[in-house]
Amino acid sequence: MQIALFITCFNDTIFPQTGRAMVQLLERLGHRVEFPTAQTCCGQIHFNTGYQREAIPLVRHFVATFARYQVIVAPSASCVGMVREFYARVAEVSGDRRLAADVAALVPRVFELSEFLVHKLGVEDVGAYYPHRVTYHPTCHSLRVLHLGDAPLRLLRKVRGIDLVELPNAEQCCGFGGTFAVKNADTSMAMLGDKLRCVLDTRAEVCAAADNSCLMHIGGALHRQRAGVRAIHLAEILAATE
Amino acid sequence: MKHEGLPSTPISFYASAKEALANTQLRRNMGKATQTIRAKRASVVSEMPDWEALREAGRAIKERTLRHLDDYLLQLETAVQAAGGHVHWARDAREANQIVTRIVQGHGAREVVKVKSLTTDEIGLNAALAAVGITATETDLAELIIQLAGESSSHILVPAIHKNRAEIRELFMRTLGVSDLSDEPKALAAVARAHLRRKFLSAPVAISGANFAVAETGTVCIVESEGNGRMCLTLPPVLISIMGIEKVIPTWQDFEVFLQLLPRSSTGERMNPYTSLWTGVAPGDGPQEFHLVLLDNGRSGVLADTIGRQTLNCIRCSACLNICPVYERTGGHAYQSVYPGPIGAILTPQLVGVDVAGSLPYASSLCGACYEVCPVKINIPEVLVHMRARVVRKKQAGLLSRLDPENVGMQALGRMFESPLLYEQAQRLARLGQWPLVRGDAISFLPPPLGGWTAMRDLFPVADQTFREWWAARNKT
Amino acid sequence: MDPGRNEILRRVRAALRDIPPGEQPDDVPVARTYRQTGAPHSPELVARFAERVAEYKATVHQIGAEALPSAIAAACARRGVRRLVVPPDLPAAWVPAGIELLRDDRLNNEQLEASDGVLTGCAWGIAQTGTIILDAGQYQGRRIITLLPDYHLCVVRAEQIVDLVPEAVARLTPTVRAARRPITLISGPSATSDIELNRVEGVHGPRTLEVLIVA
Repeated sequence: MQIALFITCFNDTIFPQTGRAMVQLLERLGHRVEFPTAQTCCGQIHFNTGYQREAIPLVRHFVATFARYQVIVAPSASCVGMVREFYARVAEVSGDRRLAADVAALVPRVFELSEFLVHKLGVEDVGAYYPHRVTYHPTCHSLRVLHLGDAPLRLLRKVRGIDLVELPNAEQCCGFGGTFAVKNADTSMAMLGDKLRCVLDTRAEVCAAADNSCLMHIGGALHRQRAGVRAIHLAEILAATE
Repeated sequence: MKHEGLPSTPISFYASAKEALANTQLRRNMGKATQTIRAKRASVVSEMPDWEALREAGRAIKERTLRHLDDYLLQLETAVQAAGGHVHWARDAREANQIVTRIVQGHGAREVVKVKSLTTDEIGLNAALAAVGITATETDLAELIIQLAGESSSHILVPAIHKNRAEIRELFMRTLGVSDLSDEPKALAAVARAHLRRKFLSAPVAISGANFAVAETGTVCIVESEGNGRMCLTLPPVLISIMGIEKVIPTWQDFEVFLQLLPRSSTGERMNPYTSLWTGVAPGDGPQEFHLVLLDNGRSGVLADTIGRQTLNCIRCSACLNICPVYERTGGHAYQSVYPGPIGAILTPQLVGVDVAGSLPYASSLCGACYEVCPVKINIPEVLVHMRARVVRKKQAGLLSRLDPENVGMQALGRMFESPLLYEQAQRLARLGQWPLVRGDAISFLPPPLGGWTAMRDLFPVADQTFREWWAARNKT
Repeated sequence: MDPGRNEILRRVRAALRDIPPGEQPDDVPVARTYRQTGAPHSPELVARFAERVAEYKATVHQIGAEALPSAIAAACARRGVRRLVVPPDLPAAWVPAGIELLRDDRLNNEQLEASDGVLTGCAWGIAQTGTIILDAGQYQGRRIITLLPDYHLCVVRAEQIVDLVPEAVARLTPTVRAARRPITLISGPSATSDIELNRVEGVHGPRTLEVLIVA
């Protein structure tokens, strides 16, 4: 299958290892990966902060960049959530019917990595090997916007060598929330503090998730505390082999 | 912290949350209470195989009601009048308070008893009555606690959720003159029973809100636990109920949906102890004079916004508060409104405007837990971002928008993301620019306004080789 | 005419400009795919009702019809009831001997307060939620008589028990539509969750609820 990689601006710039892992993983599974180099940002930062008009050109740009691809996969539940949940709304705000039609046609072809593997390809065992103690944090957008359910966990359970431990109070938000982490930094930190305690309670070496944005938040604090736990994107675990 | 109904001067959630977060007692009380109630709710909801069908029916009934609200209000008016009740219409808080005051004064009453009602808190009824020498006594246990403490509510269902049993014991001993009181909730409840019994028996007028009012039959409903509601609705000869215009439901049959959704969502019970329903005046049974006050106070403005309209679905269950990770940590006072939590973050700014309450739509990480538990399926995250857009539009219309760092930053970011070329340049520039900040493999300090991030977390810098650079290099070889 | 009324209706209509002019309320679909009919009458249903009422910390007994007077007498004896309030139409056969009967013929508040309890029948029971419904109908009387006394002894006939909330609401339709009688739904004794969100029984309403289910 030919797959267009929607890397997301965040991963492109700060977490390129996640993108490399996705390429490695999808190619290992026998797919052809393309990277439309014109892609930038999905517009979520703008839209969620209230800059809806400013998100319109970004949605246009996304649609123009990916319109010719049949399958688009991203390693980010929240960016895919933006496309799936809010692109129609941005198109409505723009008043451009053509854009609305293009969005409606494109949205069903955009997938988050774990839902693509489990629900679209029907794959759970991706042949990975990762001999570490791992806990999985289901990010809010993977749980409650994309409804990924246990798709990421089904993938992780099939990883050889993994010691997968359940995260207590897993479904509660880590406190990232995009600009929330800066605009309401104190509340964000209070939420993060509790999430860290849960992560540390698992005695895991690695905290995994389907979103590097939340992982940047959790991982940034683990790093600051020299906690001895690192945050890693699901794709990197699935790409790892012996 | 104390709020008076709805805020009238600009509030900062950031500042009040910062203060609340530092209150360790509050954090402990809130954590314990919200975790208790979340578990109870989850348990009673999980035993309902048709819960999702009920939520959908609840949402649909509310949509039907709101799309034809004028019809249903007129139907309700006719039905209540036919059953011997009086109906009044109040455009705003002032008018509602005037109507109530006039009725109370018409009976020469100096004292009224009240059933817990958010709507009367919203309009500041107690203060309005006090201004003309009428004493309003709150009879709900938590409302009584708040009234005795001289505080304001921090939860729409359990206004004293921020207080623990030891604090309540001390308050009762100090204000009610009881000595030798234990901190057992049962003993505390017994104090309230003894204190209020005389008031119930002697008050000439009772004032309540309304959980639901059935347009078809004129039946009004109060859902409660303690029996203080039954006391107020049965004993005083005159009853005045004040309800927001959105509380009407079309038919008696529709009640079966909300009677299942509300108790499980609010107190996490299969059913609350007492639900009272009355249709006008029942000869020889209970109050022989009944007034229903229909309150607008900004609700018609909420109705006019096709995205915001769903906010009026709210049945005030408080499930969104109890599940909210922000509310759990800041408590209700941080929202500085009678409506706190996620529902307050969307309702308050719609009622009072974003000039006053523009910080509330940002009091959320958009985690979506509120939407998932809402029994009438209000898409709170959707309305939050919609309200944020209203805040931004208002800001951009102002003269100082060009100086607002966030606005300037967002415009620049937008222009950059529109052009792959500018975007790639920015990646390279950032990599160059970040070197004074990078220590080892991370950034531990950022200047304001981004300093909030690095106060507790490190930031990972722009990679030495971005993904696109890697991709380009890989495809060259 | 009320100036507020016209203004509010004008505002509401202006706010609903987006609604197509011809749309009728019933054009907005409401799917009632939730359960409207539950289990039919059976001993299991009665047992479920009994179990759920008891979960609210009410005392529940299941008895045969012939045992009703003796069960009432036993309950009153256990509780130490000497003055018992009853609604005007309560069958004389239910009332135990040796008890001062306060038949509600406009009893005043003091008389009700001075009583040791109240004995009534009910309109319906809901098994799903353990709820007893009073609708001011047969053997129930005015609302106040089940409110001021601290002890409520309630007789529920097994055939009055329905499974689900919608079944009870449907049966109450004539009460609200035609008779316009007040309705009280009772699920356990009075309680509060206002202190640390823990339910404790006993605030303003009767602090003790005892239920006799008659098969």
